[in-house]
Amino acid sequence: MKIYVLMKRTFDTEEKISIRGGKINEDGAEFIINPYDEYAIEEAIQVRDAKGGEVTVISVGSEESEKQLRTALAMGADKAVLINTEDDVENGDQFTTAKILAEYLKDKDADLIIGGNVAIDGGTGQVGPRVAELLNIPYVTTITKLEIDGTNVTVTRDVEGDSEVIETSLPLLVTAQQGLNEPRYPSLPGIMKAKKKPLEELELDDLDLEEDDVEAKTKTIEIYLPPKKEAGRVLAGDLNDQVKELVHLLHSEAKVI
Amino acid sequence: MSRKVLVLGEVRDGSLRNVSFEAIAAAKTVAEGGEVVGVLVGTSVSVLGAELIQNGADRVVVVEDEKLNLYTSDGYAQALLAVIDQEKPEGLVLGHTSLGKDLSPRIAGKLASGLISDATAVEVAGGNVVFTRPIYSGKAFEKKIVTEGLIFATVRPNNIAPLQKDESRTGEVSNLSVEIKDLRAIIKEVVRKASEGVDLSEAKVVISGGRGVKSADGFQPLKELANVLGGAVGASRGACDADYCDYSLQIGQTGKVVTPDLYIACGISGAIQHLAGMSNSKVIVAINKDPEANIFKVADYGIVGDLFEVVPLLTEEFKKLKVHS
Repeated sequence: MKIYVLMKRTFDTEEKISIRGGKINEDGAEFIINPYDEYAIEEAIQVRDAKGGEVTVISVGSEESEKQLRTALAMGADKAVLINTEDDVENGDQFTTAKILAEYLKDKDADLIIGGNVAIDGGTGQVGPRVAELLNIPYVTTITKLEIDGTNVTVTRDVEGDSEVIETSLPLLVTAQQGLNEPRYPSLPGIMKAKKKPLEELELDDLDLEEDDVEAKTKTIEIYLPPKKEAGRVLAGDLNDQVKELVHLLHSEAKVI
Repeated sequence: MSRKVLVLGEVRDGSLRNVSFEAIAAAKTVAEGGEVVGVLVGTSVSVLGAELIQNGADRVVVVEDEKLNLYTSDGYAQALLAVIDQEKPEGLVLGHTSLGKDLSPRIAGKLASGLISDATAVEVAGGNVVFTRPIYSGKAFEKKIVTEGLIFATVRPNNIAPLQKDESRTGEVSNLSVEIKDLRAIIKEVVRKASEGVDLSEAKVVISGGRGVKSADGFQPLKELANVLGGAVGASRGACDADYCDYSLQIGQTGKVVTPDLYIACGISGAIQHLAGMSNSKVIVAINKDPEANIFKVADYGIVGDLFEVVPLLTEEFKKLKVHS
């Protein structure tokens, strides 16, 4: 099976966020594989181990994404592809990323494409379904279980806590939800092996794409931090009185009840 | 500049979801005086057309087909694209729900349109329709415009106020016949776990439990409080990992993002993972034994104490309030 994983390098969510020059300040911040994409990588490896084939992890980004791609290789992926847009795309959006990924994937005869259901930085969840639409293959988002039998696929999809059992077929794109699996940590031998695994670097030119072809269809006009919350009130006194006071405050001051 | 804007009315268990009324309010802003057209997709949904109109839609287009009984991206995309083809709108608004998240990127992909997901506000400023949306799990916000294609957005539940319902409003409810074919993914079974009671992502009040609830039974007092307040019960990742409750209740970075009017965190320490899912709630109450717990830093009101003492007292006090008012 030809399995492709869509991976994004993201800001670690534990990081403090600050803004400089109208953008999120990335200096000194830790970057990680988007946590939902880790589920995708793990699932791809498990499917390959069960069914045979090859796992290729693709990322659209800058040279810095190489580190996260190497981590994916160390987990067990076979190949990595970095589509470096640093010189060509200044302000891309989800259309941009999806278009580039689809252009790369269109002649690869992928059987299965797996991504995270959302990236924790931008948080749109658009790229997976957009890629599937561009490739004209079916997709199922937020999956928690994947079973493949020949070309028949049964997936369980998380729908706001309920689940749906869906029957579909390969080729297919799915996006991973928490609960799909428990992503492994790269082992030391895995890390050593990863250094020798192929990591191909491409630019828009290599995909016969012009900058205009991938121009964003949305524009960010401002980024700001939410106003700092004032320290709350911790109540004091007899517990019964505290509870009475709280109910009174919620009713009369906050007016939410 | 006035625009025609479509809004998909999302139906769950035979009723329209609140977020669809909020989407109508957003669509009114986008329309700038133009027409807001509700769209209903499913089986026997046309009866709900009047309710969309009472909530601000000018008229409604209905696509009914047996194959649209359950949501599939293939089926709904065909129906919605057919309505778009007929109506030629300049804008489109959906709820940022499981359905909206799944369907909207496909429609945007098909139409090569921009799409702004998970908007929490919309305004017209400097000749642009500007959407506000949280990024980095709500630690920052961005303002965004669509530069090509439809003015297309999904709106986060509980953030944009719906319009005042007006039962005297009337409008046309028309049917559009669409041949639904080629469903490439078929739903074989729906397993209900979360949908008892109030929907977590749309609830106005959320009572949430963490490791401090100590067991599955420990959620009982929280459920009672939620019942009195007409709210929903949620949980931290810690409580889910410890098997005190189902993952469907999880609120956080992984899990659901909620923005209720009132969020009561019981026995939750307030890890960043959890804060990401609830810190934009309007009013936050923390109940925790540990006065140093991180949750008190984001709480508007806090009680340092044992949740098993505090929560039942709160339930009683709210009951009294409900009787008096």
